[in-house]
Amino acid sequence: MRKAILLLTALVLVTAIAVPGFAGARPEAVVDELRVGVVFSIGGLGDESFNDAAYRGIQQAVEDFDIIFDFVEPDDVAEMEDHQRAFVEAGYDLVIAIGFLQQSGLESVAMDFPDARLAIVDSVIDMPNVASLIFKEHEGSFLVGALAAMMSESGTVGFVGGMEVPVIHNFQTGFEQGVAYADPDVDVLINYAGAFNDPGRGKELAISQNARGADIVYHAAGGTGMGVFEAAKEGGFYAIGVDSDQDHLAPGTILTSMLKRVDVAVYNIVADLVEGQFSGGVHAFGVADGGVGTTDFTHTANIIPQQVRDRLEQIKAQIIDGTINVASAHD
Amino acid sequence: MELQQSSYSSRDLLVPVVSVILALLAGSVFILIVGENPVAAYRVLFVESFGSVRNIATTLQRATPLMFTGMAVAFAFRCGMFNIGAEGQLYVGAIVAAIVGVSFANLPRLIHLPLAVLAGMAAGGVWALVPGILKAKLGVHEVINTIMMNFVAYYLTDYLVTGPFHGGRWAPETDRVFPTAALARIFPPTRLNSGILLALVAIGVVYVILWKTRTGYEIRAVGLNPTAAEYGGISVSRNMILAMGISGALASLAGVEQVLGVHGRFIQRFSPELGFVGIAVALLGKNHPVGVFFAAILFGALRTGGAAMDRLTDVPRELVVIIQAMIIMLVAADELTRGLLRRRRTV
Repeated sequence: MRKAILLLTALVLVTAIAVPGFAGARPEAVVDELRVGVVFSIGGLGDESFNDAAYRGIQQAVEDFDIIFDFVEPDDVAEMEDHQRAFVEAGYDLVIAIGFLQQSGLESVAMDFPDARLAIVDSVIDMPNVASLIFKEHEGSFLVGALAAMMSESGTVGFVGGMEVPVIHNFQTGFEQGVAYADPDVDVLINYAGAFNDPGRGKELAISQNARGADIVYHAAGGTGMGVFEAAKEGGFYAIGVDSDQDHLAPGTILTSMLKRVDVAVYNIVADLVEGQFSGGVHAFGVADGGVGTTDFTHTANIIPQQVRDRLEQIKAQIIDGTINVASAHD
Repeated sequence: MELQQSSYSSRDLLVPVVSVILALLAGSVFILIVGENPVAAYRVLFVESFGSVRNIATTLQRATPLMFTGMAVAFAFRCGMFNIGAEGQLYVGAIVAAIVGVSFANLPRLIHLPLAVLAGMAAGGVWALVPGILKAKLGVHEVINTIMMNFVAYYLTDYLVTGPFHGGRWAPETDRVFPTAALARIFPPTRLNSGILLALVAIGVVYVILWKTRTGYEIRAVGLNPTAAEYGGISVSRNMILAMGISGALASLAGVEQVLGVHGRFIQRFSPELGFVGIAVALLGKNHPVGVFFAAILFGALRTGGAAMDRLTDVPRELVVIIQAMIIMLVAADELTRGLLRRRRTV
C-alpha cells in the first residue's frame, strides 16, 4: 500500500511535468473579439430545458458572429454573484445571468459596475445597464389553453405547475384565459407539485386529474412534467409540454409544447451587442416576435383537425394585432 | 480518559491531515484522466481560495455557515446523537430571522439585529427539540426524526416565502431585510460579514460549555455511555433534549447568517446542503470546535476554489466533490488510514 502511494505520487508528478500546454487557465486573449460570459442557472447544462436552450442561443451566436464565449455552471445561489462579478472584472463585454435566482446578485454587480453590460433571463432588474429578458408565458399558454379547450372531449382539462412562484402563475393564468376564450364551458383543474424535479409527484397529479375528468393535461413543471407525460401515455390521454420542444418525448401523446424561446432571447441580446445596439430595460418576448408559441405539430398533425389549427392561427394573429389582450399574472 | 480530553492531540490531527493529502493525490488521478495537469489545476484551486486577501475573505464567507452546521452536528454527536436535521433547522432559523428582519421598520439596530438573530436561533432550537424529546422520552430514533423534520421545514418555508411573506418581486423570496437587521459586511465586495465573528464566539462558547461546565460534562458522559451516566446520577433524557436544542440553535445560526449577512433576504431553497456538509465538517473536525473551525475553512476553500476552477479552467468542478468524498471516506475509515501510517513508520 505504501508503495502504491509512492508510485502514485511519482506518477502524478512525472505526468504533471510531462503534460505540456495546460489549458488550465484559459489564455487571457488580447483580441478584438467581443467576449460574452454566461452564468447558468442551477441544474446546469443537460437539463433539456432552460439552460440548454440558452446554450443553443449562444452557440448560434458564436457561429454567426465573431465572439468568444465562456460559461460557468454554479451549484448554489450564493456563488452566482461571485461569477457575475468575476466575468465583469475580467473585462467581458456582456454577462448573461440565466434564471431569476440570479436577480439579487446581479443587482449589486450592476450597482458596482454602472458601465458593465449585463442581462438577466426571466427576471426584471430596473437599472439602465441591465437588459431584462422576460417572456410573455401567458400569451403562449393562452394558445395551448385554447387548443386544449378545442380538443377536449370530456369538457375538463388540467394544469400541473412546478412550484407556486410568480412565473408559473403566469403560465396558469394564460392557460385558464385561453381555455375560457375558446370554450367557456370547459373546466380547468389546477395542481402544484411543489417541486420542479419530482416526476413521481407529477405522475400522481396527472393521474388524479385524469380520474377527475381531465383528458388533456398541460404542465409547467420542469422535470416533474416527465411524470405527467408518463401518466398520459399509460392512461391514454393527452399532455402538453413546456419550454423546449418536448413533443418527441411521447409522440402522439404530447399534443404540442409551449415554447419559451430562451435561445431566441439570448441570441438577440448578443446580436444587439455585436451591432452596438445593446440597451438595458425590459425586453419582453411574446407571440408576436416568436419568443413564445406552439410547436409545428410534427407528431400530432393527424390528431389535431385542420380546422382547430386554423382557429389557433387566427387566435395567434389576434394576439399579435392586439384584438385579444392576455392578462399577465405580474400586472 | 476521553471524557477529560479537550484539546486536539497530535493523533487526532494526523488522520485528517493525511486524509486530505491522500484525497488530493487521488483527485490528481482524475485530473490526469480528463487530460489536464494536476499541479496547475491545484494551483488554480489554491490561488483562487487563498491567493489574495479578497479570495481569503470569500473562503471565510463560504466557511462561516459550515462552522455553524459543523458545530451543530458535533455538539449533538458529543451527546451520542446524530443530528441529520441541521438543514431543516437552518431553514427554520433563516425564515424566522428574515421575517423579523422585514417586519419592524423603525427599530434601532441595537435591538433589531439581536432580535432577528436570537429569534432565528430560538426557532431552530425549538425545531430540534422535537426530535430531541421524541428520542429522550419515547426512544424514537433521532436519525429518522431529524431527517423527516427536514422535509417539514422545506415545505413550511416554501409556503411562507411564496405565500404570506413573499416579497414584492417575481422570485420566490422575501423582501430585503431592513438595514437595521443586516449583519455588516466586513470586506466588500465579498459578502464576508460579521456572522464570522458570531461563529468565532459560538466556537468559544461551545468549547466552554462542553469542557468547562457541569452541563457539558454530563452531555459528554451521556454521549460516551448513557447507561454509566445514568448510573452516575446524570439524567440521560434531560441532557439529550438539551443537546438537541443547542445543536438546533447552532444550525439555525447558519441560516441566520445567510439571510442577514449574505443574501439580505430569505430565498426559497437557498442552501447548497449546508446542513449536510456540516456532517462532513464535524467528522473531519473530530467533533471538536477547533477542528470544526479548520475543517469548515478547508471545505469553504474547496468550494471557493472549485467554483473559480469551473469558470477558469477545463477541469470540471465535480473534482472538488470527489476530493470531499475521499476525505470523508478516509477520515471515516480512520483505522485504515492510521494503519497505513503505522506501517510507514515501522518500515
